[in-house]
Amino acid sequence: MSNEKTSTLLEAIREGIREEMSRDDSVFIIGEDVGTYGGAFKVTEGLLDQFGTDRVIDTPISEAAIVGAACGAALMGMKPVAEFQFIDFISNGFDMLTNYAAKSRYRGCGGIGAVFRGPCGSGVRGGPFHSLNAESFFLNTAGLKMVEPSTAYDAKGLIKSAINDPDPVLFFEHKKLYRLPRLKEELPDEDYTVPIGKARVAREGKDLSIITFGAQTLNALDAAEKLEEEDGVSVEVIDLRTLAPLDREAILETVKKTNRVIVLHESSITGGIGGEISAIIGEEAFEWLDAPVIRIASIDTPVPFAPQLEDYYLPNLDEIVDACRKLAAY
Amino acid sequence: MDAPKKPLSCTSETSLSKDQVIELYRFLKLTRMFDEKTVRLKKQGKLTGGVFTSLGQEATAVGTAYALEEKDFIAPLIRDIGACFVKGIQPREIFLQYFGRGTAPSRATDVQFHFADLDKGFVGPISHLGDMIPVMTGILLASRMRKEDRVAVAYLGEGATSTGTFHEGVNFAAVQKLPLITVIENNGYAYSTPTRMQCAAGAFVDKALGYGIKGMKVDGNDIIACYEAMKEAVEHARSGNGSVLIEAMTYRRKGHAEHDNQAYVPEGEIEWWAEHNDPVKRFERYLKEKKILSESEMEAIAAEIREFLDKESDAAESGPLPEPLDAAREVFDNSVVPPAFRKKVLER
Repeated sequence: MSNEKTSTLLEAIREGIREEMSRDDSVFIIGEDVGTYGGAFKVTEGLLDQFGTDRVIDTPISEAAIVGAACGAALMGMKPVAEFQFIDFISNGFDMLTNYAAKSRYRGCGGIGAVFRGPCGSGVRGGPFHSLNAESFFLNTAGLKMVEPSTAYDAKGLIKSAINDPDPVLFFEHKKLYRLPRLKEELPDEDYTVPIGKARVAREGKDLSIITFGAQTLNALDAAEKLEEEDGVSVEVIDLRTLAPLDREAILETVKKTNRVIVLHESSITGGIGGEISAIIGEEAFEWLDAPVIRIASIDTPVPFAPQLEDYYLPNLDEIVDACRKLAAY
Repeated sequence: MDAPKKPLSCTSETSLSKDQVIELYRFLKLTRMFDEKTVRLKKQGKLTGGVFTSLGQEATAVGTAYALEEKDFIAPLIRDIGACFVKGIQPREIFLQYFGRGTAPSRATDVQFHFADLDKGFVGPISHLGDMIPVMTGILLASRMRKEDRVAVAYLGEGATSTGTFHEGVNFAAVQKLPLITVIENNGYAYSTPTRMQCAAGAFVDKALGYGIKGMKVDGNDIIACYEAMKEAVEHARSGNGSVLIEAMTYRRKGHAEHDNQAYVPEGEIEWWAEHNDPVKRFERYLKEKKILSESEMEAIAAEIREFLDKESDAAESGPLPEPLDAAREVFDNSVVPPAFRKKVLER
């Protein structure tokens, strides 16, 4: 499987950005250590040499300035790709994102077509400040789109869509997936995009559905495999890909198909995106449900560091399989 | 405080032509009279929301903005309506905003002069102080990538220098040698907080040293001095020497907004500034001294502006109210959000 023609998820993002920068002079990169160093995870490696310091801009440690500058440039018709070194630091840009970027179009001050991307996610022993999943901080802010791919194909297609989207897009990249060999795949030679706002059926099934995204998609697929083999239970896995605006149609379609649903995500359970998805299902597909909608997520603590603690914090495969078995039998 | 030995006027030397000086006076007077008009409308109960004026500090915004070229950008704050007028924003647009009319530039989604006209170089401000500085650095990065040679001005009060975004924005612009001019209008108060509670340094202009950029201090109530200072700053910035920080010394004679009774201001302070250091009176004294305009010519200009503002205000007031459904539009490009209460689920 691994050969020169395959791409990791990280390489797919880089190639997506590179293609858009080559095609369109208005696309540029701004962030900390994105130029000479190539980014903390090397997503932007090599782009400084190719495009120069005007279009790959290293900044001081100033997330508010990074977001603000991206907004200003976007107002001028540029297409900024701003990087957070870790998505945890998005908190320093929170004000600029929620008050400036998100509201500018609505206020008649001009749309902000900018991408704000960075590594998110737990499970890599990063501790409380390098493990965040930030989507629920922004879910209640009108005006921000949110995307999180779980395949290399989607990563490239979605970053290209995000760059050309007329509105602000938060692009979450699960750091555990960046170089995961399992996700290496050969990408099409021809230009392609993946639309924002559309979920994908990661695995077809008929007995129950797991609605998830990001790294948990892999957990869901593993659980589905195990249940198929050991129990003969057929699990459908929905990879949301876009977290805002949610693909309500895809969510309702799978509910109506399997009538049993688990919503799985990696951030803490309370106030998480799973609550919103469950509420949509409860309101709009109540008659189709044969069992309560179950949420599986992380516990309500900061993300702890030590493996024993972090593994307890996170949803795990056994938990998911167990929940599926009980839900199938409900 | 004692009265000045000699009544204050404006800087004598200027590169402005006589016609330009007269135009400058029109903008200054328009700004003063626009504020007076909105205060009257508020008292008549015709306006929804807060009314903010720049009484006593109009010269800073008008004088500095007058030194800019058409292609340059400004991000004004609530006391800088005069800078908007200089950049070509029309009083009617701001009246429409105040009246909350559907045809207002923000579609009545936002207040006062919270809107933008990018074609005129007017970047819409938000209430979070300091945030416009990073945004202006982005405008300038774009300008640099496109070789458009623009200068950008971020206006803020001295209170906004205490924010994190002020630091991040000024520092980033300095590092990138961007032609950003930050104008700190030191008007004595941030809401009720006096300057000494805002910053321990003797002068805000000293911050320039810490950022490695050019610092300038100017009498913000001397409109000619404001123009000349900005002209120098613009030349410095446009010729590739990097950012400039200007501290303009002025005084806020009204409260934060019309509801603020200014009980926190020492007795006699407002009256002193009104009597001895009013930017409009100072400029009028200058115009008479220089024999540029006579008393009756100035009165004629005022009458003309009054008539114009009444007409513009009436036109705005007769504008259509917004359609309620328009609240759901334009969160995203061409989007309409669904109602929050989805009744249909109960009608199955």
